[in-house]
Amino acid sequence: MSSSRPGFRHPDLAPNEAGYTIKDYEGGASTLCAGCGHDSISRAIVQAFFESNVPPHQVAKISGIGCSSKTPAYFLGKSHGFNSVHGRMPSIATGANMANKDLVYLGVSGDGDTASIGAGQFIHVIRRNLNMIYIIMNNGCYGLTKGQDSATADKGSISRKGAPNLLESIDLCEIAIQMGASFVARGFSGDKQQLIPLIKAAIRHKGTAVIDVISPCVTFNNTPQSTKSYQWVREHSEATGTFDFIPLQQEIVASYNPGEIAAITLHDGSIIHLHKTAEDFDITNRRKSLDALEEAREKHHILTGAIYVKPDGQDTHDLLSISDRKLNSLDKEDLCPGNSVLQDINDQYR
Amino acid sequence: MNRIESTNDFVIRFANVNGSGSASANNLFAKAIFRLGIPVSPKNIFPSNIQGLATWYEVRVNDYGYLGRRGGVDFVVAVNNKTLWQDYDGLLPGGYFLYDSTKPLPDSFNRKDVITIGIPLTELCNKEFENPRLRQLLTNIIYVGALSSLFEMEFSILQESIEKQFKAKPKLAEPNIKALQLGFNYAEEHYKDVCGIRVRPSTKAHGQIMMDGNSATALGALYGGATVVGWYPITPSTSVIESFSKFATKYRKDVDGKIKAAIIQAEDELAAIGIVIGASWNGARAFTATSGPGLSLMNEFLGLAYFAEIPVVLVDVQRSGPSTGMPTRTQQSDMLSAAYASHGDTKNVLLIPCNPQECFQMTADAFDLADRLQTPIIVMSDLDLGMNDNMCPPLRWDDSREYDRGKVLTADQLEKLADKWGRYLDVDGDGICYRTYPGTHPTEGAYFTRGTSHDEYSAYTENSIVYEKNMHRLLLKWKTASKLLPGPRERNRDPDSKVGAIFYGTSSHSAYEALADLNKSGLPINSLRIRAFPFQADVEDFIDRHNLIFVIEQNRDGQMRTLLINELGTCTEKLVPIGNIDGMPITARYIKQEIKKVFQSRGILKTQAVKGGKK
Repeated sequence: MSSSRPGFRHPDLAPNEAGYTIKDYEGGASTLCAGCGHDSISRAIVQAFFESNVPPHQVAKISGIGCSSKTPAYFLGKSHGFNSVHGRMPSIATGANMANKDLVYLGVSGDGDTASIGAGQFIHVIRRNLNMIYIIMNNGCYGLTKGQDSATADKGSISRKGAPNLLESIDLCEIAIQMGASFVARGFSGDKQQLIPLIKAAIRHKGTAVIDVISPCVTFNNTPQSTKSYQWVREHSEATGTFDFIPLQQEIVASYNPGEIAAITLHDGSIIHLHKTAEDFDITNRRKSLDALEEAREKHHILTGAIYVKPDGQDTHDLLSISDRKLNSLDKEDLCPGNSVLQDINDQYR
Repeated sequence: MNRIESTNDFVIRFANVNGSGSASANNLFAKAIFRLGIPVSPKNIFPSNIQGLATWYEVRVNDYGYLGRRGGVDFVVAVNNKTLWQDYDGLLPGGYFLYDSTKPLPDSFNRKDVITIGIPLTELCNKEFENPRLRQLLTNIIYVGALSSLFEMEFSILQESIEKQFKAKPKLAEPNIKALQLGFNYAEEHYKDVCGIRVRPSTKAHGQIMMDGNSATALGALYGGATVVGWYPITPSTSVIESFSKFATKYRKDVDGKIKAAIIQAEDELAAIGIVIGASWNGARAFTATSGPGLSLMNEFLGLAYFAEIPVVLVDVQRSGPSTGMPTRTQQSDMLSAAYASHGDTKNVLLIPCNPQECFQMTADAFDLADRLQTPIIVMSDLDLGMNDNMCPPLRWDDSREYDRGKVLTADQLEKLADKWGRYLDVDGDGICYRTYPGTHPTEGAYFTRGTSHDEYSAYTENSIVYEKNMHRLLLKWKTASKLLPGPRERNRDPDSKVGAIFYGTSSHSAYEALADLNKSGLPINSLRIRAFPFQADVEDFIDRHNLIFVIEQNRDGQMRTLLINELGTCTEKLVPIGNIDGMPITARYIKQEIKKVFQSRGILKTQAVKGGKK
C-alpha cells in the first residue's frame, strides 16, 4: 500500500444539501503506485459527487480489469461496486441500468480495457446511449502487466520500455463522437479544476457521458518522450475553454461577457457554461468537434475540456420504449399473465 | 411385393427445396394428423441456407404416442429433383414414392419393391393458377390433397386447417382449398386403393398441444418474471428471444404502452451474458439464450457469475459442433462444456427438458433456482426440441405460486441485523449467503462485487486459507443445489433386471420406444431419464442397482457418461455409450440395434441373462 489517508476528519465537516459529508463519498485506501494519476481522478470523483449532492447509495460504480478498474474500491465506499471482467464493464452497466433506471451509473475503465479488449463494448454502449458516466483513466499503457503499450499510446511515444510505439493510436473521444455519444469530454488527472465540473456535468447528463482522462502512469509511462507523461500533457494541453457547471435550479451568479459564453442546457435543466477560447467552436456541432480534435492532433496538442454535447438525446430506455418503472421492483402481479391467459395461449397450439 | 400396410403408424418424409414454401404445406399435413387426434411428431431437417438447398420434413405418425424418430421411411413425397435418387433409394421395401409426374422418372428408378405414385403436380397447378409465386406454394398443397385421398384422411380436417390458417385473409384460403381438391381428385381417380397406409381419427392426442420448445421456453421466461434480456442472434436459439419479445409486447404492456421488459440485442454473446449478470446483480430477473459457439464466448463471464455468486439464467439450444459445425442440425454436445463452463474450479447447474412442457416449467423454475442459489442455471434444450413442433400436455401455471427471490436483504432487515452482515458469510449452513441490491439502504449493505478472491465480507484477499474456505463453501452450495433440482424419472420394467439405460432430453422419446420394443421381445431394461445436474442420490442409486447401463445420447464422446463417471466415480465398464451424431434426432431403431449388438457380443440374448449376471 503506497498511498494512505488519515482516518480522522474534522467532526464538523460541512454536509452537502443531501446531508452527507465528504467522508461519505470516500473509499478505501488506494493500492496504486504513489503519484498515480488515477488517484487524482478518484479524488475528483469524490469531490464531484459530493458537490452534486448525489446520495452515495444511489450510485452504482462498475469497472472492468486493470489499474483503473481497481479504483472504484478507493471512492464512494457506501455505493455498491462491481469490478467485473476485462473490457466488459459496459455490458454489466447496461444490464444494471436496465434493472433500475433510477441509480447513477459510474463506469470506470482504462485504455486497455476500453480501446483494446473492450473496444466493441465501448462502441456499442455509446450506440445505445446508455444513461451512464463512462470515465477512462487513460495512461497509454498496461500497468498491471508491467508497461506494454496500449492502443491509445501515440505513434512515436516512448514508454519506460524504451522503444517507440509504431502503431497508430486510437482517439477515444473521436470514436465516441462518431458512435453518437451525447457527451464527450477530455480531462487531465493533473487538472482537477477542469475535471470536477466535467464529472458534475456528466452526472446530470442523460445518456452516455464519456470522459477520457489522461492519467500518467508514473511507473511505466512517465518518460520525457511519452505523450502521456505529466510533463508532455502540461506542455501540450489546449483546452476548449473554461468550464462551469450550473446544477439545476441554482442561480447563475457568474457574470461573464455573454459573447464568449456558450450555455448548454442539459436534460434535467442544469446548465453548462463554456467560456470559449476559439471563436467558432461550437460543442453541440458534431463535425466541428471532430475537426477540433483533428486540428489539435495535427499540432501535437491535447484538446481538453468539453468537446461535444448533445443535450436532448434519448437514452436506451426511451429508444426501446421500456417501462418507466424500475424493472427490478416489478413483482408477480406486474409480470406474470396468469394461468387463464396461458390456457388461451395453449389453444393457439392446437 | 409386400406393400407396407399400417394404420396410424408410419413415417412419411417430404423432400423439398429450401425457401419454396413447402414448410407451411408440410405443417398443414402434420397439423391435420394432430387434429385428427393422432400423436404426431414432425422434424424439420433443414440446411444452413435461406433458399435453394435441400430440406426434408419427416413426420412420425404413431398412435401409441412414441414421439421420437423411428428410423426408416415408409412414404416419401419427392419434389426436389436434386435429391430424387437419394429419396428413392432410401425408401424402405414396400414403401411408397410420390413424385411430380409432369416430367417422367428416369429409367434407373426401377426398384421392384417400391410403389410409385406419380401426380403431375406442376401440370395440375399451372393449368389452374396464373400467379407464379402462388403456383410454387400451391404445388405443395396439391400433394397434401393427394395424401388425404391415399391415406383416406378426412378431407374436411385439411380444409378447416386452411380456413383457420387464413382466418384473417379468407381470399387466400380459396386457392389453397382448390389446390387441395385438385390433388385429392387426381389421386382418387388414378390411385384408389394403391396405398396401404391409413389415417383414422383417434383420441390419443386429445387435450395435447403442439408447440416448438423455443416458444415454450420464452413463455417460461415470461411467466418466471424475466425483465431483462441480453442476447445475440444464433441458430437455433434465436426464436427463444423473438418469441419472448412477441409475448412481452402482448402481455407485458404497461398502462402507457411501454413494455415491462428490456430486450437488448447485444454486439456479441460476451455482452449478452454481461447484460444478464449486470441486471441480475441489480435485482432484476434476466436471461439469455444461445447455442454452442455463444456458450463458448460466455465462458469467462460464467466463471465470474459462479465466483461472485450472481444469478444467471442461460438457455442453450444445442446444435451440431464443433466450431460452426452443422448449425441447423441437432445434437446434445454441449453437456460437458456447459457443466464445467469457465476456467478454474467451476460447475454449473443444468436443467434438461425433454418436451415443450418441461421447457416452460424448467425455464420458469430456473429463475427461482438462480435467485435461490445465486449461480448460473443453464437450461439444456436442443435444435430438435427448440425448433420443431413437439406434442406434449398443455402448459399450466399455478396462480398461487410466488417468485422465490432467494436470500435478499431489505433495508428493514439490514437495520435489524444483530451481527455484522457479510456478503459471503454462510450463516444458514447451506452454502448460500445473503445479498443486497444496490440502492437498498443509505448506509448499510453496500459491498464490492469482484471476480478476484474475497473474504466473507467481500473484501479483497489473497489469503490461501480464506480462499480455500470459500471454494469449499461453494461446494456445499452445490450439494444444496442437488436437493432443489428436478429429480430423474425412473421406469422400472422389471425389478429383477440388472440392465438399465440412462438418457436425457430429446434422446428420451426414441429411447422409450426402443426399450418398449426390447421389453416385448423379452429383454426388460429399466430406465432413468436425467433431468438435472448436479446428480441426485437417485441417479447414484439407479447405477448401483444395475450391472450394465446404456447411456444414450446425441454426441460422439459420451458426454453425459463422462459426467457420471467424473461426478459419481462410476466404473467405466459399467456404462456403455450409445451415441448418435448424424445431426438428425436419434432413432428408436438405431438404439435397439446398438443395444442388441452389445447383448450379442456379451452373449445376453434371453431375459434370464438380463436379470442375472455378476454385480
